Amino acid sequence: MMAGRYTAIGITVAVLAALPLAVTSNEVMMFLILSLMFALLGQAWNILGGYAGQFSFGHAAFFGSGAYATATLQIHLGLNPWVAMVAAMAVGGLVGGLIGALSFRFRLRGSYFALITLAFAEVLRVVAHTSDFTGGGAGILIPLDERAANFQFESRDVFYYVILAMVAGSLVLTRALEDSRLGAWMLAIRENEDSARALGVDTFRVKLTAIILSGAMAASAGVFYTQIFLYLDPGIAYGVGFSVEALLVPIIGGMGTVFGPLVGSFVLHGVDEVTKELTGDAPGLNLALYGALLIVMLRFLPDGLMGLMGRLRRAAGRRQPQQAGRLKEAGDA
Amino acid sequence: MLEVRNISKSFGGLRAVDNASLDVSAGAIVSLIGPNGAGKTTLFTIIAGFQKPDEGRVRFEGRDITGLPAHTICRLGLVRTFQVVQPFGRLTVRENIAVGAHLRHADRADALENAEAVARRVGMGAMLDQPATSLTVAGRKRLELARALATEPSLLLLDEVMAGLNPTEIDEIVPVIRSIRDDGVTILLIEHVMRAVMSLSEHAYVLNNGAIIASGPPRAVAADPQVVEAYLGHGAAKRIAASETAHA
Repeated sequence: MMAGRYTAIGITVAVLAALPLAVTSNEVMMFLILSLMFALLGQAWNILGGYAGQFSFGHAAFFGSGAYATATLQIHLGLNPWVAMVAAMAVGGLVGGLIGALSFRFRLRGSYFALITLAFAEVLRVVAHTSDFTGGGAGILIPLDERAANFQFESRDVFYYVILAMVAGSLVLTRALEDSRLGAWMLAIRENEDSARALGVDTFRVKLTAIILSGAMAASAGVFYTQIFLYLDPGIAYGVGFSVEALLVPIIGGMGTVFGPLVGSFVLHGVDEVTKELTGDAPGLNLALYGALLIVMLRFLPDGLMGLMGRLRRAAGRRQPQQAGRLKEAGDA
Repeated sequence: MLEVRNISKSFGGLRAVDNASLDVSAGAIVSLIGPNGAGKTTLFTIIAGFQKPDEGRVRFEGRDITGLPAHTICRLGLVRTFQVVQPFGRLTVRENIAVGAHLRHADRADALENAEAVARRVGMGAMLDQPATSLTVAGRKRLELARALATEPSLLLLDEVMAGLNPTEIDEIVPVIRSIRDDGVTILLIEHVMRAVMSLSEHAYVLNNGAIIASGPPRAVAADPQVVEAYLGHGAAKRIAASETAHA
């Protein structure tokens, strides 16, 4: 029964793996790559926000730390990018652990927690701006050296398969979380923290684990970003943009669902591309659009698109003849 | 099994619990009664580790648990329910109970199986796949009980599990509570439903204005003039006695 829970992930990944065969345009390829990258970042947010119920407004803190960690480790220490990626994920987890330890120790919840994460992302942005180690405001450039051993590829297709593998990993991890005690405890905290405590859940530890996992995963998205663009500056890496994307993607797709971030990312960036075509890339317009989308989603579809699909499926089920319903119940029993 | 000694707790100028002491021996069902606002729930929250007392100690199975975090106390085998039910709304009954079961069962399938067994034990076997939000008040109270039970406690603190239930529902839950005790779980309950207090417990404590004013077998306690006055006001015991003599 548990193995069957991975079938949908297998099919989805297989379909996504076949996509490059049908795509020749470099632009479309880039759209797919970035959609997957934001799906990964959104999944990171989803673990902490969708499952554990701790809404972060500063996931750029983890994304940017991962990005800067891999860049600086390569530039200053000459570390291999693949090794640097592992280290960068550890850094992301560490940043998550520090923010989590501080805010959860002092029982910050809801909007207070969101504000703290936002503040940390901003502080890190300023630090990256002033520090020579990170290249300051001018940013940091990684020399072009396209070799697989160097996590740089000539072909967009290879980048696509790398990010697809990372997304597949995040889907499997999230599904495994759903079937685990940790996942059950995270949901319990999301639903009612006092009840969770009364039932023996060490809420501090569970929330801390969630934010460390989330931080490491968001950092991996930052690593990928760095490797594909080979350039970072504080305004990009720690910018509010990534924080907003990180939460918008799972909210649109469906918080607390395995596929929410993936669905949300493709829909969000699809809409984004269409608007760009129609309006000719007016600056800031996409942020206005994101804001409007966020309001609409939270007002009318708080469960996101995955929730909408579930509702439609149930409605379709009710329209079936009653006989079928009875048979199904008998089968379930 | 549980020794509460001289617990006091103030909120601002209000002394919510005032030098309260009580004992619960293993295998017993003990009631804690008293008028609204007497401090019963506050005393519960202190025992279960949700609040720290200003003074006094709580010992559980010979161990000082005063000031330990709630989840640690639960792990030791002392679990509380909430007077205002606090279900995990978007989870099903099965998933709700499994959260409690996970305390002793790390494996998900194992915890779900245990949750089912507990649900049947409290008469919720037919509601396993319902979301907690869809339950009636009686259902939610039972769920509160089931989740606590799933942590496999040795001492269960029940905070008004019968409040808001109709007489039929009360008659249904009383034997459930008794059977839980017969399975070896000691119970301390806060209750306003005197019928249930009388039929379930061997011993009762009465709390008024934060202080224990009487204790003993429920029937004797209910007849205590001090207790009658706590509920009905100063002089009530005398007036009742007078009217009874007049009628006799």
